[in-house]
Amino acid sequence: MQFEHVHGTDRGVVRLYALSTCGWCAKTRQLLTDLGVAFDYVYVDLVGPGEQKEVIEAVEQVNPSLSFPTVVIGDRVIVGFREKEIREALA
Amino acid sequence: MTGAEPIADEEVDRIRAQIERDAQAGGYHLHPDPSFTAGLVRGLIENERRYGYRSCPCRLATGTKEADLDIICPCDYRDADLVEYGACYCALYVSADVKAGRATVGSIPERRPRRAERERRAAMAPAGSLPGGPLPFPVWRCTVCGYLCARAEPPLQCPICRVGQERFVRFI
Repeated sequence: MQFEHVHGTDRGVVRLYALSTCGWCAKTRQLLTDLGVAFDYVYVDLVGPGEQKEVIEAVEQVNPSLSFPTVVIGDRVIVGFREKEIREALA
Repeated sequence: MTGAEPIADEEVDRIRAQIERDAQAGGYHLHPDPSFTAGLVRGLIENERRYGYRSCPCRLATGTKEADLDIICPCDYRDADLVEYGACYCALYVSADVKAGRATVGSIPERRPRRAERERRAAMAPAGSLPGGPLPFPVWRCTVCGYLCARAEPPLQCPICRVGQERFVRFI
């Protein structure tokens, strides 16, 4: 899967499934960047058609609504830009 | 991002002004933060270039217009979300209170049913009659604002919220 890696403090699995056009996704990516944690993100709308099915299935496994942003932090899944929850999960 | 020509700020401003004009005419309001709104309008333009229609910037489009009709902006879920949360899903549209700074909005839950449920609802046939008997005309419903009209075909454009004929479904 075509994840982009952002360097930072290692806090285990921190993964962001996002859309490149979405304002809440942009805010979520910015928050993770500001928190200085290492994370991987993928813009699902920009993934090539051949690979999109695989990415969609991966998102649906953790969030059957297939909505964005979906953030995986360890064994927690946070759907939507929930600043407080994301901060708590990474505290 | 897509390798195509970048979207100029002037184009974003022009489309944003157009959307705002239509919004105000219908009693709707755009998000008060200009940079947030501009980002969403940029997303709409990006999607229009990519798919051929202004699909919601915060939802994953399939690229097939028929399957994405309900999430073409303004989406079928905007009005219900405005009533319940004070903003639509992407927050391009907000309530008068949010616009005036009397309330704030955040990321809200997805109201759009999952694909299987959407397909089930789409397959539901209209009754074609009322308890009083058959109707002389079918009744069409605008899926965006709920406007109803009884005529042979739906209007080319919704007179209330201005979306196109393709957003109407047979109601009765």
